[in-house]
Amino acid sequence: MASASSFSATKFAQPLPLNGTTSRSHDKHQSFFDPLRTTPSSSSFLGSTRKLRLSSASKLKLLANPNRRSAVVAVSDVVKEKKAKSTTNLLITKEEGLVVYEDMILGRAFEDMCAQMYYRGKMFGFVHLYNGQEAVSTGFIKLLKREDSVVSTYRDHVHALSKGVPARAVMSELFGKTTGCCRGQGGSMHMFSKEHNLIGGFAFIGEGIPVATGAAFSSKYRREVLKEVDCDHVTLAFFGDGTCNNGQFFECLNMAALWKLPIVFVVENNLWAIGMSHMRATSDPEIWKKGPAFGMPGVHVDGMDVLKVREVAKEAIGRARRGEGPTLVECETYRFRGHSLADPDELRDPAEKAHYAARDPITALKKYMIENSLASEAELKAIEKKIDEVVEDAVEFADESPHPSRSQLLENVFADPKGFGIGPDGRYRCEDPKFTQGTAHV
Amino acid sequence: MTVRDALNSALDEEMSADPKVFLMGEEVGEYQGAYKISKGLLDKYGPERVLDTPITEAGFTGIGVGAAYHGLKPVIEFMTFNFSMQAIDHIINSAAKSNYMSAGQMSVPIVFRGPNGAAAGVGAQHSHCYASWYASCPGLKVLAPYSSEDARGLLKAAIRDPDPVVFLENELLYGETFPVSAEVLDSSFCVPIGKAKIEREGKDVTITAFSKMVGYALKAAEILAKEGISAEVINLRSIRPLDRDTINASVRKTNRLVTVEEGFPQHGVGAEICASVVEESFGYLDAPVERIAGADVPMPYAANLERLAVPQVQQRELATDLCQWLQLL
Repeated sequence: MASASSFSATKFAQPLPLNGTTSRSHDKHQSFFDPLRTTPSSSSFLGSTRKLRLSSASKLKLLANPNRRSAVVAVSDVVKEKKAKSTTNLLITKEEGLVVYEDMILGRAFEDMCAQMYYRGKMFGFVHLYNGQEAVSTGFIKLLKREDSVVSTYRDHVHALSKGVPARAVMSELFGKTTGCCRGQGGSMHMFSKEHNLIGGFAFIGEGIPVATGAAFSSKYRREVLKEVDCDHVTLAFFGDGTCNNGQFFECLNMAALWKLPIVFVVENNLWAIGMSHMRATSDPEIWKKGPAFGMPGVHVDGMDVLKVREVAKEAIGRARRGEGPTLVECETYRFRGHSLADPDELRDPAEKAHYAARDPITALKKYMIENSLASEAELKAIEKKIDEVVEDAVEFADESPHPSRSQLLENVFADPKGFGIGPDGRYRCEDPKFTQGTAHV
Repeated sequence: MTVRDALNSALDEEMSADPKVFLMGEEVGEYQGAYKISKGLLDKYGPERVLDTPITEAGFTGIGVGAAYHGLKPVIEFMTFNFSMQAIDHIINSAAKSNYMSAGQMSVPIVFRGPNGAAAGVGAQHSHCYASWYASCPGLKVLAPYSSEDARGLLKAAIRDPDPVVFLENELLYGETFPVSAEVLDSSFCVPIGKAKIEREGKDVTITAFSKMVGYALKAAEILAKEGISAEVINLRSIRPLDRDTINASVRKTNRLVTVEEGFPQHGVGAEICASVVEESFGYLDAPVERIAGADVPMPYAANLERLAVPQVQQRELATDLCQWLQLL
């Protein structure tokens, strides 16, 4: 693959000069996420799923073995290597598998429909599609409870869908209709849903990270100060590789670790900002390494494989829920489309795109489920058909929904609309009936 | 009561009344506050509610916003509002705009407070006035107290308010003492947001001011009174929303307006007041609106230059200039 020329296995093979490289102890219960030990860099960056302390013998065995099941074992110390292929050793049950599959298909079908709608003029402005990265969203968010929070970036449609915001509400929002999840006032980049605890949707790189840290802070505050003893809500912050060079990222890694906040920082490293390659922008491109520098575990996982992501997510979310503090998870993933629908996407090497297209997370999961007899081809096809109908319905619903009325322009600027002040006639402006109709002089 | 004590008591009472209120900022805890505004609060409420942060304005401001999204009520202290520029993205983009972008789902009951504007000899980077910067942004409420009564009442109102409030204090006012009535000392005392106060009634000219300049305007009014000019001094208290009603009613009475502010003149608070009056009360104006503002230069360090860069009350010049301007017989 052409892009591998920019970094080779040897470049990153230097082990870290810390006690982390000593052989694994006999203690199998020692959590992989021990913050006092760092994970050594031992293999090539692209495609690597293992940033663990493994003895060199098993390391070689795993490198040579392309079988996904044992490669996934490498992600987590506590999963013993299995030899027999039986259902009890699978990483996912049938029910879970179908849920995961459906969620990824929904994400893909929805984004594809967005592209169509954009080119037909129904959607406008900035639209950033998530094709190819579904494993990260599904792998993490499907493990959350409703009360857990998710903070995202402008590439947030699929995070919204995974968190439970109905496809109709997201599509309407994108069309700018009043039935959208933010009544058409947010748009593609600003998805919010209080009901589902999706707290943004931020356009600025890195803006969501402190907000997510604050949400995690509020969870800890509720438990410790307001004495809501069973408040163990976790927050996930999703952001990209470009964000990892931004000051706010580091500020929050520091504070989250300092105050042991229940947050997981999920880096969706798709290797590219708009046209700026991660390698050209970053002095040390291995983002997971930045976690231990701040006193939290850093994990690197293959973000094109939803089962691997799920395993890592379970551990990270569990850690946060138990009050053990934050984790930094770097998911190596790829966006199949351009940065946005306005991006001609000319700078990325076709060979690199082909390499990742071959690792499409949906195809991979389908293959896994069929090979392990978790589902039949027909069942999966039925899911795909169902999702097609859901997305079609969402488009129809959005099409038929009304545009916002004129009075909506002035609504919700403030929670307390007296914030518009007292007008020249001595009354609060918001009390003037013409104001709420949107015809008053502002 | 000094302004410092007013702010401290307001914070104390609001934190005591509502456990969701917490204070976060640099040196607010163990140092008792960079300007001692939060003195004693750490001892009283503990480190979970009075949080000393690392020097990470963007980070901790965003953390405050995230906490506010989930219903807590943070009070974020900036050591001076100059440092708020490191966090301005969060104040504007994730605090001010969120209620709107989410169509009412995410209200942000947060207060950003700290000293604003010029102090004494602190140089260009520590003397900027941010009143007009924040007041231009929809979704924010911007308050500027002058007296202890203002400080107490407005801070309490700000903390109770469900929207993001930028609370611009003034370092040189912290130590000033003002008389306060028993009503002000009551723990439920609040000053309504959006209402200006007429500090001194008059009939010849309206002078609007906020924060420290209210004191200067009152001094000027005294001097003018000796010359036989009766000035009405309006303490704006609330920069956004601006109390256009009180200002316009006053101008319709006096027919002349002078706006005073310490910040830079272009696109300043005075410019907005002037526009409002010209739009609403044009027929009542007997003379063009006069703006008095800080010099249009970054604040110099040298003491004599600094004095030249901010409005001053110069007895002789004020009397003769203003009299000429007012064309009094």
